[in-house]
Amino acid sequence: MTKIKATVDGTVYEADVEPRRLLVHWLRQDLGRVGTVVGCDTSNCGACTVLLDGRSVKSCSVLAVQVDGSEVTTIQGLADGNDWHPVQTAFKECHGLQCGYCTPGMVMASVDLLGENPNPSEEEIREGLEGNLCRCTGYHNIVKSVQHAAELMGGTAK
Amino acid sequence: MTEVIETDSAIGRPIRRKEDARLLHGQTNWTDNIQLPGTVHMAILRSPYAHAKITHIDVSPALERPNVVAAFCAEDLGDLNGSIPCVWPVVDDIVMPAFPALATDKVRLVGDAVAVVLATDPYHAADALDAITVDYEPLPAVVDMDEAIKGGTLVHDEAADNICYKYPFKSGDNYDEVKAKADVVVSRRFVNQRLIPAFMEPRAVVAAPMGMSDEITVWSATQIPHILRVLLALVTGVPENNLRVIAPDVGGGFGGKLQLYREEVLAVQLARKLGRPIKWNETRSEDMVATHHGRDQIQDVEIAATKDGKILGLKVDLLADMGGYLQIITPGIPILGMFMYPAIYKMDAYDFHCTGVFTNKTPTDAYRGAGRPEATFAIERIVDELAAELNMEPMELRKKNWITHEEFPYTTVAGLTYDTGNYEAATAKAMEMFDYEGLRAEQAQRRASNDPVQLGIGISTFTEMCGLAPSRTLGALKYVAGGWEHATVRLLPTGKVEVVTGTSPHGQGHETAWSQIASSILGVPVEDIEVIHSDTGRAPYGMDTYGSRSLAVGGQAIKAASERLVEKARVIAAHQLECAPGDLEFVGGEFRVKGDPEKAQPLGAVAFEAFTAHNLPDGVEPTLSAEATIDPEDFSYPHGTHLAAMEVDTETGKVKLRKYVCVDDVGVQVNPMIVEGQVHGGLAQGIAQAMFEGASYDENGQLQTASLADYLIPSAADLPSFDTGTTVTPSTTHPLGTKGVGEAGAIASTPAIINGIVDALRPMGVTDVPMPAAPMTVWRTIQAAKQGGNA
Repeated sequence: MTKIKATVDGTVYEADVEPRRLLVHWLRQDLGRVGTVVGCDTSNCGACTVLLDGRSVKSCSVLAVQVDGSEVTTIQGLADGNDWHPVQTAFKECHGLQCGYCTPGMVMASVDLLGENPNPSEEEIREGLEGNLCRCTGYHNIVKSVQHAAELMGGTAK
Repeated sequence: MTEVIETDSAIGRPIRRKEDARLLHGQTNWTDNIQLPGTVHMAILRSPYAHAKITHIDVSPALERPNVVAAFCAEDLGDLNGSIPCVWPVVDDIVMPAFPALATDKVRLVGDAVAVVLATDPYHAADALDAITVDYEPLPAVVDMDEAIKGGTLVHDEAADNICYKYPFKSGDNYDEVKAKADVVVSRRFVNQRLIPAFMEPRAVVAAPMGMSDEITVWSATQIPHILRVLLALVTGVPENNLRVIAPDVGGGFGGKLQLYREEVLAVQLARKLGRPIKWNETRSEDMVATHHGRDQIQDVEIAATKDGKILGLKVDLLADMGGYLQIITPGIPILGMFMYPAIYKMDAYDFHCTGVFTNKTPTDAYRGAGRPEATFAIERIVDELAAELNMEPMELRKKNWITHEEFPYTTVAGLTYDTGNYEAATAKAMEMFDYEGLRAEQAQRRASNDPVQLGIGISTFTEMCGLAPSRTLGALKYVAGGWEHATVRLLPTGKVEVVTGTSPHGQGHETAWSQIASSILGVPVEDIEVIHSDTGRAPYGMDTYGSRSLAVGGQAIKAASERLVEKARVIAAHQLECAPGDLEFVGGEFRVKGDPEKAQPLGAVAFEAFTAHNLPDGVEPTLSAEATIDPEDFSYPHGTHLAAMEVDTETGKVKLRKYVCVDDVGVQVNPMIVEGQVHGGLAQGIAQAMFEGASYDENGQLQTASLADYLIPSAADLPSFDTGTTVTPSTTHPLGTKGVGEAGAIASTPAIINGIVDALRPMGVTDVPMPAAPMTVWRTIQAAKQGGNA
């Protein structure tokens, strides 16, 4: 067991974790932050994407011990309570989700993408999200959602 | 501020979804989120062999591992090891072998379940699988269907030549006589490859004895909580009235969660045996072998026509891979397709035959479209091949043979009666959106200039049967259940409405769309309506969600129940307003006395009267609710025209989908935003079959595409945006005029893509391209054609 201390969605947690424990399992099973989900075991699907110190990571590919001293933001901490982050607003407005299982990861990856490139072209959005799989939407409305979020956040989607 | 929805306009509006607030904030309730006190986690030891005898199993070493509570093989479970049922014995002499939850004497596919470990922590349950010893005596694997039916190694001893069933169907004139009169006969063998549903939420189940009664509650990531309850009762022996099945938030299904899975049976049985909650989550790698697959048919197709392009007859001979066992409707999938091979075309003779074949592979079953994509692929491909043979423009050939809009209702040679349709209108619109003539001109120019990147135009003019299904028809086809749907509409004392539906959404937005239907009739704002679903405790009657049935059948039930509720309320309102019920009109959510609009009572006030019961008319019981259970009059028949512009690099085999246009006619649209989203998702899956996905096995029956690293689900970077349009020809057999949209995109798009690729390469002598049309496959096809034979 290894002792870690990390901030998750604004709350500081101290815990003893097995060194092999995946970040996503620590979030889901130990902290009860079940908004972040697991979709695969080969780090292909991106459903588990969270922000680690502000940048997107696949939380199935990070060990819990690696977040010691860091700040983790999940879909549940993106906006305060019932508030809406512009990316969340845009996904609803543009019907960028159906079953919603890829959505936590897709939203967090989009937040990171827009942080890096506030005015992405369609091609840049598609390339930027290629690590996140969706089986419902065909991506058409996800691309529109990210473009709309860019507008809401003050950028001008190309 | 709350959006006010006008009474009669809730249908047809792109209302943003009610579901999205929780889904976008991570406030979801996936089965994997459920963590009950005392839960024991189940892990499953799976066969590494496709075909082997089990000579010895010892689970006891697993018990020495940390936190392990129990471990069992089939023998340990005895009678608790139930057999998984198939509910569609398509012919009387079908071979239906036993399918034990844990394999007994033999394993029949890689991933077959052999033993279970139960531990207080999922990591330790998985760890302890390593401690179990199993001695296998490997047997040759039956992988290839053509080889399987020659006999030799048998998957099941009782299935001679590995044949599960033979299904002949002849309709119309005698095909051979029609063929003898034909000027042109074109034959092709198409391979509709095996696909993996790969919904994003892996399967999960929790089964828990609830303590306060004999009830066992089962949470499962399933499309079919109601059917699951019946089947679990039959398989486990738990009385049905002690079983409650809940499908909480479910992350996609596409047919893959239309199933009774062995893990669900094991969870219930072990919850009973241990008296504790049992939880199981599959890993994605488990999902790839243990969740049923789709498609996997070899299609020998022959079409006969006159020299001026009149189609005379069609002959279809299928080999359909069942896999190692029969699951819930495995044998019926090709039979659903049987009706659709003649598609939109008029012809005199139709001859169909299907041979269901056992192999040592994962069972096949429903996957988005379930038989109809296979049929649509075959007919749309062979029509293009016929056009090439006749040297006709492929769209002109279609126009010459399709059912014209004046000819509806039309009974096809397969025996279905299509109520309505307008193929001309959808096609004209699609061709205009696509710039069909312009792209044909560009194609001619590229051909003339010998451009290394050739352009092909792929056409798919499709129809499908959905809205499953009239119960009598299902009975005639030997399916053991019905196709009805139920709804209850309750008006609560505060004026809020509960709509209870038997459909079970997993991404389709029923909470929003069903509210729109009820709102349009009751005049209650959409946001004041709560849709209750997917829990046999709260929504006891239902036939669940698959086969594009939820709106077509379930929507009718909501309409009927809502209308009945208004009629019940009318009697109370008339009493309050001191008039006859017939003197009232119901407008904008209130009853008004005809000719005296000042005298009115809103529905909410009627609800309160029904609650207090202080002043009800004689004979009227308190409370206000109505229900309806509707058996559909017929299937519904959406149709559409899909066009794909395919650029094929003849030097590298690289294929690019440059432009995709589709015009779908799904009848009346309750929520056009959701309709469009359903089309997009279907397109992606159908295009993926054509270009990216394929489950492949080696000669030993090992699945080579057993993870998402190996099985290519397209990402955003692999697909373009789509250009979608609609025409609206209302169904006349469905009271809302709706048809269904869940599967349309997946059914229509696959042949459009392949027809486009073949069209690009036809001048080089290419007449078919295997799916998925990966660059290497296309390149090899081109090379083979150059050497004088198609690959």
